[in-house]
Amino acid sequence: MSRNRLQSGLIDKTKEIHFSFNGRNLTGFKGDTLASALFANGIFLVGRSFKYHRPRGIISAGSEEPNGLVTIKRSGSTVPNVQATTIELYQGLEAFSQNCWPSVENDFLAVNDLIAPFLTAGFYYKTFMWPKSFWEAVYEPIIRRAAGLGALSTQSDPDEYDKGFLHCDLLVVGAGVAGLWTAWLAAKAGVNVLLVDEDFLPGGRALSETEIIDGMEGAEWAASILDKLNGLNNFRYLSRTTVYGTFDHGIFGALERVTDHLLTSPEGKPRQTLWRIYSKASLICSGATERLIAFANNDRPGIIQAGALRSYVNRWSVKAKGSVVVFSSTDDGERTVKDLLEKGISVRALIDPRTDQQSDNLEGSDVEVFQGAKVVDTFGRRGITQVKLETSTGEYKTLDCSFLAVSGGWNPNIHLTSHHRERPVWSERIHSFLAADSLPNNMTVAGAASGDFLTSEIFKNSAKKVEKIIKSLGFSKIKYNLPTVENSISAKLDDDPLWYVPYGNKRAWVDFQNDVTVKDIKLSHQEGFISVEHLKRYTTLGMATDQGKNSNVIGLAVMAEATGRSIEETGTTIFRPPYNPVPIGAFAGRSRDKDFRPVRLTPSHKWAEENGAVFIETGQWLRAQYFPRNGESHWRQSVDREVLQTRSSVGICDVSTLGKIDIQGKDSVEFINRVYSNGFAKLPVGKTRYGLMLREDGMVMDDGTTARLGENHFVMTTTTANAVGVFRHLEFCRQCLWPHLDVHLISTTESWAQFAIAGPNSRKLLSKVVDKEFDISNDSFPFMACRELTVFSGCRARLFRISFSGELAYEVAVPSRFGYSMMSNLLAVGKEFDAVPYGTEALGVMRIEKGHAAGNELNGQTTARDLGMGALVSTKKDSIGAVLSRREGLNLDGGYSLVGFKPVNREDTLAAGSHIFSEGAKVNAKFDQGYLTSAAYSPILESSIAIGFLKRGNERKGEQVRIINLLANSNIKAEVVSAHFVDPEGEKLRG
Amino acid sequence: MIIPHPLLGPRDSQEFVYLGDATLMDRPDPEKPNAQKKFYEYMYLRDNPDGIHKELWFHEQGDRSWLIVTRNTVTHEIIDAVLANDMGFQKGNKP
Repeated sequence: MSRNRLQSGLIDKTKEIHFSFNGRNLTGFKGDTLASALFANGIFLVGRSFKYHRPRGIISAGSEEPNGLVTIKRSGSTVPNVQATTIELYQGLEAFSQNCWPSVENDFLAVNDLIAPFLTAGFYYKTFMWPKSFWEAVYEPIIRRAAGLGALSTQSDPDEYDKGFLHCDLLVVGAGVAGLWTAWLAAKAGVNVLLVDEDFLPGGRALSETEIIDGMEGAEWAASILDKLNGLNNFRYLSRTTVYGTFDHGIFGALERVTDHLLTSPEGKPRQTLWRIYSKASLICSGATERLIAFANNDRPGIIQAGALRSYVNRWSVKAKGSVVVFSSTDDGERTVKDLLEKGISVRALIDPRTDQQSDNLEGSDVEVFQGAKVVDTFGRRGITQVKLETSTGEYKTLDCSFLAVSGGWNPNIHLTSHHRERPVWSERIHSFLAADSLPNNMTVAGAASGDFLTSEIFKNSAKKVEKIIKSLGFSKIKYNLPTVENSISAKLDDDPLWYVPYGNKRAWVDFQNDVTVKDIKLSHQEGFISVEHLKRYTTLGMATDQGKNSNVIGLAVMAEATGRSIEETGTTIFRPPYNPVPIGAFAGRSRDKDFRPVRLTPSHKWAEENGAVFIETGQWLRAQYFPRNGESHWRQSVDREVLQTRSSVGICDVSTLGKIDIQGKDSVEFINRVYSNGFAKLPVGKTRYGLMLREDGMVMDDGTTARLGENHFVMTTTTANAVGVFRHLEFCRQCLWPHLDVHLISTTESWAQFAIAGPNSRKLLSKVVDKEFDISNDSFPFMACRELTVFSGCRARLFRISFSGELAYEVAVPSRFGYSMMSNLLAVGKEFDAVPYGTEALGVMRIEKGHAAGNELNGQTTARDLGMGALVSTKKDSIGAVLSRREGLNLDGGYSLVGFKPVNREDTLAAGSHIFSEGAKVNAKFDQGYLTSAAYSPILESSIAIGFLKRGNERKGEQVRIINLLANSNIKAEVVSAHFVDPEGEKLRG
Repeated sequence: MIIPHPLLGPRDSQEFVYLGDATLMDRPDPEKPNAQKKFYEYMYLRDNPDGIHKELWFHEQGDRSWLIVTRNTVTHEIIDAVLANDMGFQKGNKP
């Protein structure tokens, strides 16, 4: 195995790692990435391009990789779109090529490459315009299958993800030379430093270059600095972590790949952790990405960034077989040749478009140097075999090679600096974009990311920058000596940069991932797309997962040339998070499946569970829906029994989920009078009243009851769904509108276990529960009475005589810790009356039978008038919503009113959501008369019933209408009746 | 975002619920003859400035106070945060 490897490098050749690629068993070493191990195994063709399905190889050695995306099998599932250049090799790794069929070597859709002339910029926009019906049926499925990256497994993600929070004074992004050096200086000064790096080794480019820093090789120097840093307790280091976004006020998002380098996550360890980092200052030392040069057929496997080739050779000890041609418009070309020769790798030629360069270092070698020359084309089917170049005298020459290393300069990685919409600025010095001059939230850029490409300059300049930060954070100056740097090659850049080499009509790639060529950019210009924002969207340049890291600058240069403007004038699009893709699973963290949101349990939940309740989610609450008994096989049997038993004797239901707000203070009554539309000023102590709450726009917000327990003490209830919103609203009224009122609010929803006891025997049952000294006879405790008392020999309780079911009914509240015993004791005492527990289903049936409005009716679009409660908006006082409820538009003739519906044929079933039409009318929106809001089977009426809003409903009782449900394709004849099906006069509840 | 709570110090904006323009504190006088029009304007007409904006935030996951936050809508810089209750007193909102 090690015959493919050089002597030096940063892999551990004593630790072999077995892995597979497309089913082929291969071997690498500890310290390899998947890409370096494939390279050492002679595999360059890893995938197919997005649109043309051209063979593509790895072109980089880092997170900018556009081609080397693979699917990894992991934990019995698959992870698509993993960069081969960043995934660490581990025992048993299984990787597969994507976007190819049947195999990466023989891809069926490579036929797209032959019809390429038709697949130019804007192809989809131009071609699939018509006929319209073809889009969904024909075109889109074909495009979806052909284009696209890896496929999702469609199974549930087997891994766990975590979230974490970190705080620091200074966040340093990137542990290259600049990051390590500045982190060290800051930490030494006492600053609390967090250093984050995406690699598994510290050092950045220093791991791949042959410079000697302070007498050490780059990796050794980096490790020694990190070692010193780790000895400080004001320092923390996160490796394998990518800062993916800059957010407001010094907040950063980062993704730590905790166990991606292992076959499976050890028990209890997440696959990845999403960190939210709070910082007072930040230093972006994110390095730079090497730029390619666009020339004809520049996308063949084996064509690679010069710096990436140095990484594979120097860091990963890959013995590149065959010979290498280097094509570079900067001094990096010479550096590459020198490094390769030193490692014994054959270099055929150096092609340098510049004409005035000295290449002293290469004298005495066999390397042919072509100055003033350019690569114009390449050959080779599944990988490069030859390059064609044009010499300074205009002759063409063809050279054999197995690799072509390309360098067109370096683009600083400034993405994190523009997430706040700060526009990058063009630099003529480096022929690329730099971060804006002024950055928010104490952010500074240093190292190659700031355009410093010479190591000695990086040390000097970044030290000055970090000194400023140290001072701004209130720490005192430190002394330091600049590290020495040897074996450095100057980073002299070409004054006249080379973006692309025009040659005939052949395609030269700019964006490898989205298959955008120089021609596409020129075409879009011809078609009138002169803004960079339009260019981007029309050609999809820079819109792939690499976010244009490799392509943006060249693309803009081609655009600038086409429009005859400078690149500065052309401008650039700005970057958005994420810097690199982040799995959705990491954003979800542990908020998935049952843990998606908190589950709230009612105080009697355990009792309901023990008694076989079927539960239903209502918002966050889990509530008992019904309590099936032996022999009941259908939910309706249980629900009908619960309703009938309650209406004929007594039933008990946990209603603790209703919102409860405790209101105290000497202005409480005034406050309540202002937030409810109906009058509360004269509510006596010991009484409860129904309250209707409007929004300020005049629509109904919520309803409930409010009990006056004392002169200045009230308890308000809200619907379950609006408990949070009503409390927020009341606090708004209290703090923002009427700060002078002496009133205080506390949410007591979870403090009380509250039970409805309903039915003709409810008083008899309660009289055995309430302690003897309290008289609850009809005379002393009439309908709507309330009081504090004790139950079951001294248990503190509140009793309200209110009814949602329409029966003689009470609600009794005890401290919520007694929820279980209260429920079981009520049922035990109620045994002689055959008391039943009932759930939300029976509760709903009984309130529909009674015609009480609930959430379905209070849907935010209804007024008090619609609900038949227009009289409850007092004109004698001001209250929230009163003024706008009197708007003309809400008071037109022919408005809705809430009425009941009964099918003419008893066998028919009404469904909520159905719309109402007059007999014989056309069924379309124009003739719509209203809609049903709630429907149920009434066991008392032995018929399906419903309530809903009907235009002029109050005047139409007795009329027969059509109930149309287009979803179920049903058309039912129904009679308009009163919404109060049961006891319309309210005699029962007063009895 | 981080909101500098006047009582509790810097708090993450995730603890807050956003309501909107702080002019919602200036509820019109329902007794005035043009109350309908004033309420309509109060309810539906808002400025949407690019720059400094006073807005209401509710510290729902915290001390339940309503804050008036002065924020630059372009840069998200937060210039100031005060208790709405205090401001209401200063404005002399009707008792």
